[in-house]
Order: sequence, then C-alpha cells, then structure tokens
Amino acid sequence: MNPLSVVVRTICDIFTWFIGIFGIYIIIHGHMTPGGGFQGGAVVATMMAFLLVSHGGKKTLSFAKPGLYTAMETIGLLVFIGAGLFGITTTFFFNFLAGQGGVFGATVPIGPNSGVLNSAGTISIMNMAVGLEVIGGLSLIILYMFKGIRLFDNAAESGETGHDR
Amino acid sequence: MNWQIHLPALVLAIPLLGAFASPIAGLGGRTVRNGWMAFISITTTAVCLLLLQKVLVDGTAVYVMGAENWNFTLPSGLSWPIRIILQVDAFSAFMAAVGSIAALAGAFFSLSYMDKFTGLEKFSALYFLLVTGMLGMQLTGDLFNFFVFLEIASVASFGLIAFWRDRPEAVEASFKYMIISTLSAMFILIAIGFLYGRYNAVNIAAVARMLHMGYAEKIALVFLVVSLTMKSGAVPMHMWTPDAYAEAPAGVTCLLVGVSQASLYGLFRVCFSLYGSSLGSPVIPWTIIVMGVLSMFIGVTMAVIQKEIKRLMAYHSVSQIGYILLALGVGLLALRDPQAMADYGFTAMKGGIFHIINYTMYKGLLFLTAGALYYSAGSRNLNELGGLARVMPYTTLMFVIAAAAIAGIPPFNGFVSKLLIYQSTFAVYPLLAVVALVTSVLTLASFVKVFQTAFLGPAKSKFAKVTEVPGSMLIGMSILTVVIIVLTLFPTWTLAHLVEPAAKALVDQAGYISAVMGGGL
Repeated sequence: MNPLSVVVRTICDIFTWFIGIFGIYIIIHGHMTPGGGFQGGAVVATMMAFLLVSHGGKKTLSFAKPGLYTAMETIGLLVFIGAGLFGITTTFFFNFLAGQGGVFGATVPIGPNSGVLNSAGTISIMNMAVGLEVIGGLSLIILYMFKGIRLFDNAAESGETGHDR
Repeated sequence: MNWQIHLPALVLAIPLLGAFASPIAGLGGRTVRNGWMAFISITTTAVCLLLLQKVLVDGTAVYVMGAENWNFTLPSGLSWPIRIILQVDAFSAFMAAVGSIAALAGAFFSLSYMDKFTGLEKFSALYFLLVTGMLGMQLTGDLFNFFVFLEIASVASFGLIAFWRDRPEAVEASFKYMIISTLSAMFILIAIGFLYGRYNAVNIAAVARMLHMGYAEKIALVFLVVSLTMKSGAVPMHMWTPDAYAEAPAGVTCLLVGVSQASLYGLFRVCFSLYGSSLGSPVIPWTIIVMGVLSMFIGVTMAVIQKEIKRLMAYHSVSQIGYILLALGVGLLALRDPQAMADYGFTAMKGGIFHIINYTMYKGLLFLTAGALYYSAGSRNLNELGGLARVMPYTTLMFVIAAAAIAGIPPFNGFVSKLLIYQSTFAVYPLLAVVALVTSVLTLASFVKVFQTAFLGPAKSKFAKVTEVPGSMLIGMSILTVVIIVLTLFPTWTLAHLVEPAAKALVDQAGYISAVMGGGL
C-alpha cells in the first residue's frame, strides 16, 4: 500500500491523537458511561488502520512491531485474571478495592450526583486491562491482515507458509 | 472446607491463567513452555477430580462469582439470582472430570507431537482456552454464560483445527466448523432471548422454576435441541465432524472429543434440568432417540468404507454419539412415568452416562494412536500402512485395548455400557436394540480392518526406519489406557460411585432448582 497525498497524511497525523484520547476516555470511564474496555480499545486500535492507510505499509511497519502488541495483549490478560484471583480470599472476581479509599476505592455520595470517577475498584482495573488487551489484539489483527494483502500479491512465488520448522 | 469452596472457580481460573500466561512461558524456550503446559493440565485435572470428590460427598456445589459470600445466590431480598453463578451437581462434576482427563492426555501427547512446528506458545494458549470453554460449559448454572463459554470453545477450536494452515484441507475443515459453530451459537442466543423475554432471568434454576410450556418455550427448546445436537455431531448435522476431527492435530482431536461431550452435556442439562417435568409430550425424547439411531447406523456405515484412518475414527465418533443420544433419549422418555423410570429409564441413563466416559476415553486414545501412526510412519492412508506392530509395540497394544473397548468385546468397559443400553432400549422398542447391536458388529468389523491393515501383515521396506513414538506421547496415551483398564476392572464400583450419582442428579430437577433458589421464598 502506498502513502496517500500530503493532505490526507496531515489530517491523519492530527486526527489519530484525538482518536487515541477518545478511546482512552471511553476505557477509563467504562463504569460510568456507555462503553468500556473493549469499545475503547477498538477505538484506539483504529489508529493503526489510519496510519496504515495514510502513510502506507513501509513507514508504518517500521515502527509498529508485532512483539510490542503481543506484550500489550499478554499484560492486559494477566492483569485481568490477576485482578480476579486477588479477590479469591472472598470469592473469585470479588471487588476487593471498592469502598476502600485510595485511587480506586472512593465512596459515592448518596443522592443525585454527576458520578465519581475513581469509585469502581477492580472494575476499572479490569476495564483498563481489557482495553490494553484489545488495543494489542486488534492492532495485531490489522497488521496481519495487511501482511495478508502482500502475501496475496506475491502468492505465485512464495505460497502459504505453515508452522513447519 | 475452607479453600475447597473455591474449587468451582479454580477449575475455570487455572486453565484461563495457563492460556494467558502461555506467551510469557513461551519466552523461556522449549523446556519452560512444555513444563508450563504439563503443569497447568495436571493441576486442572487434579482440581476437577477434587471437585468431583467434593460434590459426591457434600452434594451440589454453588459458587457466586464476585459476591460477598460464595453461596450468596439470592442477594438481599431479591427473588431471583442476578450474579454469575456456577452450579456443579454430580453430573457436571463427572463431565468436567472426564473432559479434563481427555485434556491432560491430549496436552502430554502434543508436547512431542507438535515439537517440530513453530508458534507453539499460541498453540498452548488456544489449547487451554478450549479447555476453559469446555469446563465452563459444564460448570455454569447460567444460560447466557453457557453461550459465552460455547463461543470461547468454538473460537479456540477454529484456530486449533486450522493449525496446519498450509494444508488447504485444514483451512476448509476449520471454515466449515466455523460456519456450523457460529450458526448453532446464534440459535442458542435466540433461544436464550426467548426465555429471557418470557422470564427476565437467564439462570437455569430460576428459569426452570418458573417454566410453563407455551409457544415461546417450545421455539426455544427446538432451537436449543437443534443447535446442541449440531455441535455434538449427530447425524443430520454431522458433516463437519469428519473434516474437523481428521484435520486437527491429534492431541487437539482428543480434546475436541471432550468438547463435543460438553455440547451433549448442554443438551441434557436443557432437557432434564431446564424443561424436565414440563416437557410434556414425547416428541422431543423421540426426536433425540431417532437422531441417535440414525447417527449410530449412518455413522458406522460411513466409517466402514473409509480409507483414511482419522476420518474412519471420526465417523465412529458420530456413531458413538448416537449411543449416548439413544440412551439418554430413552431416559427422557421415561421421565414422567416413575414406573417406566424404574423399569428401564434409569438403566438407560446409567448406560448413557457410563458410555460418555467410556467413549471419551477410548475415542481419545484411538485418535492419539492414529496421531502416533502419522507421526512415525508419516501417513494416514490405510492402503499405505502395514506391518507396524513390529516396530511400534506399545502403540499397537494401546490401539488393541481401545479398539476392543469401542467394539464392546466382553471384558472391556465399552461392553458394560453397551449392554446397559441394549437391555433398556429393548424394553422401549426392540428394533432400537437391534440397530445398536448391528452398529456394534460393524464397529468391530471396521476396527479389525484398521488393525489388520495398519499393524499386521508383512513389514514394508519404506517403514524400515520407523520407530516407537517419543516418551511424552506414550505418557499421553497411557493415561487414557490406564483409565480404560480401571473402568474395565471395576465397572460395578464406577457405576455405583460415579455414574449413578450423576444419573440421579440429572433426573432430580427439584434438587437442581433448590440448590440455587433455596427451596422457595
């Protein structure tokens, strides 16, 4: 895929930052507004699609390394199951941080209010973990689909590669 | 007692942790990765067996995820459960133990079998996700979570079946399985939607307590029965089975046999515990019986003519699923009549449930021996194989044990469960028992054919360099062989201590409901 015109590239350079921030907003406010880890992660992962379309494969693949996204995916999954396992002294997935004070455990006042951001305990940790996992996973899917296009272009010479060592 | 209450959650948490940490274990090289895979599968099996033992002693276990207390099923004054509840009765625990043993054998077998390929940390992650999906389907007390775990298991199987992605057949098999699985998962979701719309609940016990047969419930039942028999590979919907079982790596096929049992578990959980006494007319039991008879006969007749060893065995799994459907269909038919239940229904259910463990063990072992043949001789075609008993004595011995068990030759465990099925189905309609007997004879015929062509006969020059398979593959196969021999030697003990509690739990719909709903408001 070749780079598009300078207009498209400039717009995309600016716009990807907004997409990233919007996605992170959705992840962090997962327990208060519609959306959550998956939805926000999917929004952030569209950054990768934007960059691939506007800047072309050569430039994007030079900094987007699959190992980085695999690491994000794995860390997200491990944090998620770790947050579940930490509660097992009560029950599995018990929200042991809620109502305990601190960053994640603020108490919510009774009565009408506009919501307290840091009140969800392990739920917001899990939202962030899922968000990290989905950013990694969907970016990897986009990268591999892009590599699949190239594979299709020169399929005549190389053919499909298997897992043989 | 203290930590044992967490066993239902640990059964799911341990393989999930195993799957998520596999990429990290893969960084440590071959030894760490293999050690991690062995450690997680041994721990999962141990936890499943402990859970079975606990359930058999203490009765049905419930576990409320994320609640202040593990048995907090009806939180403060509500009349129906709102949280994610795991409900493990003797039948669930039995199925989980069976599935985890198959997973253990498949994992050990895969250590050497997959050794010459790359991408193994992904393989082990998908393998444990499949184990989680299977165990989750068997332990959950919630219809929607059943759907979620079914999807986890399906998605993991797509990747595993197409693991040899440079083989077009494997990609085709995976694609076919993907369409069938997605279709049946959507059917299940529609059915759950119908029930949720009627009763505002997705907990099986809560829905079962309120259930009155009407149009919505009938539609939901039809969707559930069709999709779950489709997932377990009964005859009109069996076309994915030969492709998927033949093309998946052998260790995965062994696990897929266990996973198809999870769909069967869902079918019987829906029929017995969700609908149970309100099932009314005998249409659904007879549908299951007819599907079972067709699966038995068509599966085995298709198997006899196959030339590829794993396809042959895959058609046999269609036919063996038929036995289980037949037996439990007869049990369902007798459900509303205590006299019929005492006469033949309960025997049929015992036979069917005993056949579930027998089938998983010997069919898993047969797929593993087929994988061992493929690993050593490099061919799955019966026309090319021959004379391998000389060079692969242990594999041959284990194949003979498994083949004798599946054919129902008297001392082996397959005979016991088949005998129970013959006796009880004869009381319903003699033709059913006749079809079952003919199927058994044809099964014997086709395995004599496999044994004779692959293992006996003159040594072929191109197999001169073939040797016995490596140690970990032998360990994987011997786990299943040992279970088969134990079941063969102690059928009465097994029937009394494992199978009968499971059958009783399945029949006892009121007990299943009261474990969550606390016996009324």
